[in-house]
Amino acid sequence: MPDLVPALPEIFLAVMSMALLMAGVFQKEENAGRSVSYLAIATLVVTIAIVGVVADGRASTFGGAFVTDGFAVYVKVLILIATAAAVLMSREYLERHGIFRFEFPVLMVLAALGMLMMVSANDLISLYLGIELQSLSLYVIASFQRDTTRSAEAGLKYFVLGALSSGLLLYGISLVYGFSGSTNFDALAQLFQAGQSPLGVTVGIVFIIAGLAFKVSAVPFHMWTPDVYEGAPTPVTAFFAVAPKIAAMALFVRVMVGAFGDLGDQWQQVIIFISIASMVLGAFAAINQTNIKRLMAYSSIGHMGYALIGLAVAGGAGNAEARADGVSGILIYLAIYMFMNIGAFACILQMRRNGRMVEGIGDLAGLSKSNPAMAVVLATFMFSMAGIPPLAGFFGKLYIFLAAIEAELFALAIIGVLASVVGAFYYLRIVKVMYFDAPEEGFDGPVSMEMKAVLVVTGVVTLFFFVWPLPILAGAGLATAALLPG
Amino acid sequence: MYLAAVFLPLLGGIVAGLLSFVPDGGDKDRKHRIDRAGQLVTVAGMLLAAVAALITFIGVAGGGNTDNVEIFTWIASGSLELSWELRADTLAAVMVLMVTVVSSMIHIYSIGYMSHDGSIPRFQSYLSLFSFFMLMLVTSNNLVQLFFGWEGVGLMSYLLIGFWYDRPSANAAAIKAFVVNRVGDFGFALGIFATFMLFDTINFDTIFGLAEQKKDATLNVFSGEFHALTVICLLLFVGAMGKSAQIGLHTWLPDAMEGPTPVSALIHAATMVTAGVFMVARLSPLFEYSDVALTVVTVVGGTTAIFAATIGCVQNDIKRVIAYSTCSQLGYMFFALGVSAYSAGIFHLITHAFFKALLFLGSGSVIHAMSDEQDMRKMGGLYKLIPVTYVMMWVGSLALAGIWPFAGFFSKDIVLEAAWGAHTVVGQYAFWVGILAAFLTAFYSWRLLLMTFHGEPRADEVTMAHVHESPKVMLIPLAVLAIGAVFAGWLGFDWFVGEKTVEFWGNSIFVLESHRALENAHHSPLWVKFLPLVVGILGIALAYLMYMFAPGLPHALASGFQRTHRFLLNKWYFDELYDRIFVKPCFKLGRGFWKAGDGQLIDGVGPDGVAATVLSLARRAGALQSGFLYHYAFAMLLGVAALVSWFLVTGG
Repeated sequence: MPDLVPALPEIFLAVMSMALLMAGVFQKEENAGRSVSYLAIATLVVTIAIVGVVADGRASTFGGAFVTDGFAVYVKVLILIATAAAVLMSREYLERHGIFRFEFPVLMVLAALGMLMMVSANDLISLYLGIELQSLSLYVIASFQRDTTRSAEAGLKYFVLGALSSGLLLYGISLVYGFSGSTNFDALAQLFQAGQSPLGVTVGIVFIIAGLAFKVSAVPFHMWTPDVYEGAPTPVTAFFAVAPKIAAMALFVRVMVGAFGDLGDQWQQVIIFISIASMVLGAFAAINQTNIKRLMAYSSIGHMGYALIGLAVAGGAGNAEARADGVSGILIYLAIYMFMNIGAFACILQMRRNGRMVEGIGDLAGLSKSNPAMAVVLATFMFSMAGIPPLAGFFGKLYIFLAAIEAELFALAIIGVLASVVGAFYYLRIVKVMYFDAPEEGFDGPVSMEMKAVLVVTGVVTLFFFVWPLPILAGAGLATAALLPG
Repeated sequence: MYLAAVFLPLLGGIVAGLLSFVPDGGDKDRKHRIDRAGQLVTVAGMLLAAVAALITFIGVAGGGNTDNVEIFTWIASGSLELSWELRADTLAAVMVLMVTVVSSMIHIYSIGYMSHDGSIPRFQSYLSLFSFFMLMLVTSNNLVQLFFGWEGVGLMSYLLIGFWYDRPSANAAAIKAFVVNRVGDFGFALGIFATFMLFDTINFDTIFGLAEQKKDATLNVFSGEFHALTVICLLLFVGAMGKSAQIGLHTWLPDAMEGPTPVSALIHAATMVTAGVFMVARLSPLFEYSDVALTVVTVVGGTTAIFAATIGCVQNDIKRVIAYSTCSQLGYMFFALGVSAYSAGIFHLITHAFFKALLFLGSGSVIHAMSDEQDMRKMGGLYKLIPVTYVMMWVGSLALAGIWPFAGFFSKDIVLEAAWGAHTVVGQYAFWVGILAAFLTAFYSWRLLLMTFHGEPRADEVTMAHVHESPKVMLIPLAVLAIGAVFAGWLGFDWFVGEKTVEFWGNSIFVLESHRALENAHHSPLWVKFLPLVVGILGIALAYLMYMFAPGLPHALASGFQRTHRFLLNKWYFDELYDRIFVKPCFKLGRGFWKAGDGQLIDGVGPDGVAATVLSLARRAGALQSGFLYHYAFAMLLGVAALVSWFLVTGG
């Protein structure tokens, strides 16, 4: 009997998802969605508590396939917060569109379970299991609004391309296993300590990178992102933009640094390439977008590009301090990214006119007149994403760029800064549209309580991060120490 | 006392300035009360300052109380140390007395002159602030405080010339004055830097103490060795030329007559324009060691004196005539300084302040009476209608022309005798052009008097019917200034330049033993002493001949010597010349930078070019997103293939 305590949060979540399913089945249909939704949120909150309680140094179980450490705890908390927020934000939308079925929160919980598995994976097999559990849930909720073609198309595209990426990933895993004889991260790290690897492993790593790059929607594996973001129901997009990105990025870091850390010379170049490609494409392609969800898709591609700078830094052999800064830079970036994006999507979810959702950037025109409070909040998020000090987004970029400079990856830092200048254009354009364009008709009111709560919390964090950054900085520091001991 | 003399005007200026912001709510009585308060506080401040200045003057010049008043340390940075400090010596005290007395008279006069204006507190505030800056200038004990006052008066001059800011011509004149003065100030600032470089301090006492040691020092400028003190003095003199409207940098002064007449009297006749003269006198310990600089000062002064006088003879605007006269008289002061007769220069400065302020205020009274008409061709026959003003103008003109026993006689004579007494070529030059200018001075003064007050009235009947003597509040200051114009000369002569001159000036003016112009002046031949008076009377006679007895003569002369006349009327074409040389090319250059440099190059390549590139890149990036699943899958596989190839080539 393996030690179950390290996996307690996952076990709890798994059991609860079954229980939620039962709770949904045995309720009247009209209020099943709502009650299960609240139960799901409660479950996620309790899970956060359990994650905190069982956190006690590094512990592995299931024959070393599952590990929990400071890194996992930090990322899991972020994922659970993001998932809970996504469930909270989806209620109103789903109710209005008549698709508030209890399966939706259950699927979200299952996706969260998959993500937690990913974060705790310490073996290529458990990694794959986690990814698949997460992905299958996501495919379904992408097409949750199944009577609209756009949503169905989004789900289908996501599924087909996701399957392809899974195939690439599995192929890479099999190559690595075939040439090294192990799938365990610790064993692999031991094996490649000298920095040498057989050719097959090298090719395998490239395939694994391709598979994971798909999950974080890094160029050139990003193509699904704009279409799926646009087609999926908005709360789903909000969820996609945050929790899976965090989980995939954390997994990315754990695989590359944990298992193949000493092979950094080999994969660092690839990460640098996809990082630059993502930043540049995220900056340029967003400029012509008129749909705000597509714009957010490119924005998230760009953001992942910035986060990947940290991974590139972490791949640099030798300078241990810079590597640590790279990893903690990613973790800080992800936390700030989460708050900014949840807030921005909470605003986008308010874009409802005459009972219908609108998604055009032009629909925001004159928001400062019709709904000044929301304009201020959205402007805050946009400024933050553009990286204007003293907002949180600025610090996220700052730590990343500092790490890159410390690691002497100057080209990367310079391209990053330039891309963020170009990127600032489309964020600021939204502000311009809201404040200087001739007013459109106002959006439907009123803003529900839960949305207000989400907006206030994310807005405060974004605006006042610089006042008390310690919780996030200290958490990221602990998580980094767990991943990179010594 | 000294502090009170300097800072009461500041206090009055600030209070009046604040009053100008008090809303009157459209209530006439309320506005009237605010105006009254503004006038009261500034006039009271100036009068008290004048009293304090008188007490200070008696203390300093009479009792030898030469303790400087240090207010507080201003800058202490490395070896650069300076304080806000009031220097107590005769030169400063004389200037303080003159400034406060003239300024308080003009403050009082302004009550009457500006009575119909809409922003009285603002005007009074400017006047008081100007007086404060002027006092800071003359009392400074280091070059930086001097520069502070210098720029302060420049600023107030700008604001006062453009006081009627709804007139485009006033704004243009204000800008012109400011810009031309910047040229001079550039030289002044360079001079301060050079002084600091040479002496490692800018405090007067230290500089003056070290001047003799440094008399042979050289400065390396543009890889050439130059006599350091000459460089410094010439640079500082450029500043003086700007402020005191000497030839070349004089063009702003006539245009500055766009300001209200009290401003012309205070700033552009009595005080600010003499700052350059004061500065050279103040720095006499430096100028004394540079013969080149003194020569330049003499030549520039003499040339300005004759040049401005010739123009003054043909101008038709009553204020412009006096403005050119001021320019010319400043030239006298400068060549007095240039022959090392600093005390004579300052003496002329003081007497000139009285009679020139008197003339300006008198002309203001005329303009006031004529319903703001300034063209003398439209005046005439006024003497019966405004007799007091007429008398005052006579007094001022007699003083200006240097007729005994009026003030100008004493000061102008000593200046000219000193030029003679210098026994140098440039001294001779200055003397003879001075004599000629004296002739012209008398001529244009009486031309002004005769054209304005005598002959047939040339104004329309409405204006003539409206002509009235000015109120007492304007006439009393005229009377006070007239007393100065009559008596300042023979009262001051002994002290300033006569027997008691050494004990009077103390150590505030320094003259080398070898420079004996002032000594020689007292022993010059009789014809030298009488020549200025004679040419003055001749000038008056000529004016009578041309404008009283043979009124056809001026016109005949003008058409007979058309080119000369046009040359003078157009002020030696200085403005046109500058326009051609500096202004037009500047505009062209600016337009070039704007259109070609900024518009095409920077905007084109920079913002616009980058924007266009970004847009086209964005369009291409967007085009990648075809929406077809197989495209996406193909891109992914292509990506993997590329990455693997790259890996194998580089990493593996």
